[in-house]
Amino acid sequence: MFATRKRDELNAFSVRLAVAAALCAACTSGPGTSRTPSPPLRWGGDAEGGAPFVEADPADPSRVRGFDVEIAELIAKGLHREPQFVQVAWASIQQSVERGDFDIGLSGVEERPDLAAQHALTLPYYEFQEVLAVRPSDTARFRKLGDLAGHRVATLGSTIAYGLLLDEQKRSGLIPVSYDDDVHPYSDLVAGRVDGVLLDNIIADRSLRRTGGFVIQRDPIAPAFYVGVMARANSALRDSVNRILLDGMRDGSVERIMRKWNVWTDAQAMYVNGLLTARTTDSTAGTLPAQGAARATVASYIPSLLRAAVITLLLSCVAMALAVAMGLLIAAGRVYGPLALRVVLAAYVEVIRGTPVLLQLFVLYYGLSSVVRLPAMLAAILGLGLNYAAYESEIYRAALEAIPPVQLEAARTLGLSEMQILRLVRGPQALRLALAPMTNDFVALLKDSSLVSVITVVELTKQTAIYATNIGSWVVPGILCSFVYLAFSLPLSRFARRLERRWSMS
Amino acid sequence: MNAPNGHALSVRGLRAVRGTVEVLRGVDVDVARGETCALMGLSGAGKTTILRSVAALQSFSAGTIGVGGFELHPGPVPPESRLREFRRKLGLVFQSHALFEHLTVLDNVTLAPMHVLGWPRSRADEAAMKLLGSLGIAERARAYPREISGGQAQRAAIARALAMDPLVLLMDEPTSALDPARRGALGETLRALAAEGRGLLISTHDLDFVRGFADRVVILADGLVMETGTPKEILDNPRHPATRALISNS
Repeated sequence: MFATRKRDELNAFSVRLAVAAALCAACTSGPGTSRTPSPPLRWGGDAEGGAPFVEADPADPSRVRGFDVEIAELIAKGLHREPQFVQVAWASIQQSVERGDFDIGLSGVEERPDLAAQHALTLPYYEFQEVLAVRPSDTARFRKLGDLAGHRVATLGSTIAYGLLLDEQKRSGLIPVSYDDDVHPYSDLVAGRVDGVLLDNIIADRSLRRTGGFVIQRDPIAPAFYVGVMARANSALRDSVNRILLDGMRDGSVERIMRKWNVWTDAQAMYVNGLLTARTTDSTAGTLPAQGAARATVASYIPSLLRAAVITLLLSCVAMALAVAMGLLIAAGRVYGPLALRVVLAAYVEVIRGTPVLLQLFVLYYGLSSVVRLPAMLAAILGLGLNYAAYESEIYRAALEAIPPVQLEAARTLGLSEMQILRLVRGPQALRLALAPMTNDFVALLKDSSLVSVITVVELTKQTAIYATNIGSWVVPGILCSFVYLAFSLPLSRFARRLERRWSMS
Repeated sequence: MNAPNGHALSVRGLRAVRGTVEVLRGVDVDVARGETCALMGLSGAGKTTILRSVAALQSFSAGTIGVGGFELHPGPVPPESRLREFRRKLGLVFQSHALFEHLTVLDNVTLAPMHVLGWPRSRADEAAMKLLGSLGIAERARAYPREISGGQAQRAAIARALAMDPLVLLMDEPTSALDPARRGALGETLRALAAEGRGLLISTHDLDFVRGFADRVVILADGLVMETGTPKEILDNPRHPATRALISNS
């Protein structure tokens, strides 16, 4: 009885559903009144980049604002679609758009030849200048890149500016320093860690307003452009977007947006005028100026990967040596020291193990820069070394405490001092117990060393990322990079296993 | 071994507490030079506590312990820096041998002479080989503890304790892991060591071993010495209930 009623209800529901579906279909396909709702225009940008590009709206942090946000809205409006923001790390915009995370990337994306070769780019919607920032006392001395031979000049990695610095390095011996963000190059300039910063005028002006302490040289180093980036196969969208951008330039929408965000410049005005004039005489809309892009071969990247591999290995070895030495001292202090020392050391271990190594690197390199200005490599070694010392110390402490007390008593009855017992009996036996976890930690440190790229050290993973960004694929660089890491870690594990067998106390 | 006249080891009124229990309640034990003294008693009688107190591995609450003119007093175990002279006069062979697992037999024996006495390796090696030879395990000098038998490990441990040429040698249950033939060999070794003028204090359950090789036996029960005398006097004609219990238990 109950089952029958239930079935009747289900049937009635199915009928209602079918009617509703038919009505909906009639609405959407019916003439005149309504069109098929377009999917939203998903656009990717990095809100960490901040104003005036893309920033979280202070009034409603769930929303974003900035000139790139308004350009995205302009494009979406032209396509009759709703804009939908997708947060993505700036350095990953190209890879992300290619794998379909969003339709178009807009976040101060520079028009680079290698980018044009691998993705579909919009026509440039903004012309900016690469400008040189120096400390006020160097204003007269460092006017152009050629003046900075032998000096460290900072910029964002994988940018046109970085390419300019690399070229200048070959010419004059200037030392390029790559950063992952656009704030610290300027704070490091003021702190004296670098002697110049080459970046977009928008970023330079913003930093000057926010922190100050430097000057921007009046003569720009080179002009460059911002573009939107789309998947290589998405040329149809590109052509539509280009038409919308051109219309926006023609009717003044782009100028209004740029003026609103205070980035409208004479250069931008000239660029827009030139573009519109060219468009009226040249009908090949949608094509870009010829790009001299040549896909870099694998071989050309091998030397830089090997150099980075050496840095990774060197960094890991020195950091591990520091970790072992510090770890031994901490463990000895925790096992033998007075209560106060034991408490302090235990606190150190817990704080270090309880906070991310990335945070520790930031604090060491940037946080302490007003007190002590550590060179990047030294900060990297210290950061990793001090972090791993906490883990090593726990291994050694456990190993020391695992040595049977009767072994120590036997040593005591022979007249050895506590120090001698530690050095000659307890330590060597504990080392054998600690060997396997120590090897694991070294392999882990080898991989964690990739984190130090956040404080400007270009090691293996960072170099691989640069390589991957340049060729637009992670396949070959990823395989090469993995191979190098494995070449380091596998023999190490084998060596440790052999030692362990030889020292086996079973 | 410049022992003063009298005893190599002299324990007077020794009291020791573990937790809230008084495990030694006033023990007197003397070991003369050249004497092998056996410490007997049921488990929990306090044998090991006496050995550990005498070896300055644990504190005691009252009494004195004198070894070759050096006296230990009640209270916490003094720091090793103040025990250096004492340590040279006294050796201890643990029941588990406690050889250093990461060192060869030879290095186990040379460790203290080299690092406590500051001997050069050649001298320490030479003396150690002589000792190992006299104990019959010179051919195992290069082996690691895990590679040798229980009997060899025990002789290696004796060699290690003797390397510092102590006046008093303490041994905890030396025969517990030995077959009868090995027990006899050990007894002969100990007899020879005593003959060199050392005092030997041996904690053991082994009545046959005591009958065969001890000069004197001390019967311990409930933290007190119940009786003492030659093995013949004590073991062949047990008068004290503790002694009788000991004999009937073994």
